[in-house]
Amino acid sequence: MSSIERKPIERRQFDTLIIGAGGGGLRASLQLAEADLSVAVVSKVFPTRSHTVAAQGGMNAALANVLDDNWHWHMFDTVKGGDYLGDQDAIEYMCRAAPKAVYELEHFGVPFSRLDNGKIYQRAFGGQSQNFGGAQAARTCAAADRTGHAILHSLYQQNIRAKTHFFDEYFAVDLLKDDSGHVLGAVVFNIQDGQIVVIEAKTTLLATGGAGQLFKTTTNALINTGDGMGMAMRAGIPLQDMEFFQFHPTGIAGRGMLITEGARGEGGYLVNGDGERLMERYAPKAKDLASRDVVSRAIYIEVKEGRGCGPKKDHVLLKLDHLGEEVIQKRLPGIRQTCITFLGIDPAESPIPVYPTAHYTMGGIPTNRFGQVVIPVKDTPEEPVQGLYAAGECACVSVHGGNRLGGNSLLDILVFGRAAAKHIIDYLKENKYHKALDEEIINRVVDKVKRFDQQGETSSTGAETVVDLRNELKQAMEDHCGVFRDKDILKQGVEKVEQLIKRMKNVKIEDQSFTFNTAKVEAFELDNLMAVALATIHSAHAREESRGAHSRVDFPERDDKSWMRHSLYSFENGLDYKPVRTKPISVESFPPKPRVY
Amino acid sequence: MKSETKINYSWQCRRGMLELDLLLNNFVNKDVDNLTSQQTEYFDLLLSYPDQTLLDLLLGNSVASDPLIATIVQKIRSTPFD
Repeated sequence: MSSIERKPIERRQFDTLIIGAGGGGLRASLQLAEADLSVAVVSKVFPTRSHTVAAQGGMNAALANVLDDNWHWHMFDTVKGGDYLGDQDAIEYMCRAAPKAVYELEHFGVPFSRLDNGKIYQRAFGGQSQNFGGAQAARTCAAADRTGHAILHSLYQQNIRAKTHFFDEYFAVDLLKDDSGHVLGAVVFNIQDGQIVVIEAKTTLLATGGAGQLFKTTTNALINTGDGMGMAMRAGIPLQDMEFFQFHPTGIAGRGMLITEGARGEGGYLVNGDGERLMERYAPKAKDLASRDVVSRAIYIEVKEGRGCGPKKDHVLLKLDHLGEEVIQKRLPGIRQTCITFLGIDPAESPIPVYPTAHYTMGGIPTNRFGQVVIPVKDTPEEPVQGLYAAGECACVSVHGGNRLGGNSLLDILVFGRAAAKHIIDYLKENKYHKALDEEIINRVVDKVKRFDQQGETSSTGAETVVDLRNELKQAMEDHCGVFRDKDILKQGVEKVEQLIKRMKNVKIEDQSFTFNTAKVEAFELDNLMAVALATIHSAHAREESRGAHSRVDFPERDDKSWMRHSLYSFENGLDYKPVRTKPISVESFPPKPRVY
Repeated sequence: MKSETKINYSWQCRRGMLELDLLLNNFVNKDVDNLTSQQTEYFDLLLSYPDQTLLDLLLGNSVASDPLIATIVQKIRSTPFD
């Protein structure tokens, strides 16, 4: 048995603390380290194992290397794709900054795929248009099918060169915030030995990624537990637009990995437990090629009404075998390999069990386009929290609005990672010294770090386990806040999540050692997921319209009059709302129109 | 209670991609105790590979040039899921 005594607390000081080492965090840290600031990056996994590595598609920028293009068309597509919930000043900023972001990456060593003339190759993605909704554009720059991997590795190498200080395999528990509302760093612990470190920082950037682990079926890695969002909520900061979560209709059932639309594009189709082609009923014309939300809801309804497949009738089947082995091997080799590896099924012979899978968190910690975290104070909807920044999927700036376009997530992390760093550099010119950090504030947070050390033993109903609560939460979110949402289902979900949060207080962790105590890390992660779940399901329950990825069967239309506004949810104040920033920086606004493609 | 070996591995198997999380954790939970000491060294080496390289190996898109690594890859790929 390892020691159960904690070592004395360590204290460190930096100009900036960055929590999260994906593309957003590393882009910011590089900018800061190159400006000769002292930067600490805390990451719970080794930095190149961050989820950015999984982004295969590419990054949008109107370079016009393949087809005519400009940033204004990119801006239009992003506003429209987000169903007019995105903030147009931030979207303009991002689309204008995109070409420069690509060239910077090229300079850092990212091997973008090339055209014969030597320029960067650009591929066409859904939702991209020329001339404000005209012909298909080709806007996505990629490094083959491993763009995220190339970006993450290049940025990590550049950070090593620039002498960024890394705390690898440290878990950040909570922010240090003084009584005047300034954020002064965070308390973290070393996963290897439990050592607590108080990191004092003049500025702190949250770049912890998304929260796909909220749902039972997700494409996200296990690390995506919404840690920064949970920390923000516990620091009294609301989360914005959390009801907007992007789902993909065909994930491998029970596993989550994505089966691309290409499979249906090649002639694959969905069947239910009675062997019927189910999409004929839901979309007689487009059938299996209907939009993502229609296909997702159809699968949900079939399963809910008892027409699912398998012993638990909890999925439907995607049939490809009629295409023949040759077509599958030639056009869908990746899918075939994934199915054989994870299911022991060859899609050339047997159908694939599928269910909608959670993919991307559009909502997050509210920020302005400078990366500053902003909260409502009295009559001001967006007052900056001094010393605190957020960027990437954990933030809601909001460029994706109600629905993110393919190729815009890598762009978001790079543009706003850099923007936050720029603002931090200016802020630090005016704020040269560390603010005094009261021992009492430190002790308050250190107590939180110790909160799972002995918890749960006194519960009358017996101790709860992290594994059970996590499974129940993921199931509850999938059943009540997934692709099929109506008032009753969401209301039941709110009650379930609130109940789970109460039970979380009785969590007992058997292993109380400090050596790689992953059970304890998982308890903190679950605590973060619980907070994010609460904000998500309350926001979804309240929003009585369908917009972007938030699709309500009882309110099927978008309602701009009542709902063109951002949701905010905090522990302290529950739900609140603020207006969408419809005014861009230099161009005319794009007024809301029906989103048809 | 997990064995000491499994505890040490459990965090190394937290990766940036869901596919790797599932394959590696499934293997660690079921089969890692059956590795010989030499195979354990090669499993450690495999875990030090970048995520994208690991993914290519574990999905069978590429084959390791070192036969001992290839053997571990095969063991991971053939560990059945529940």
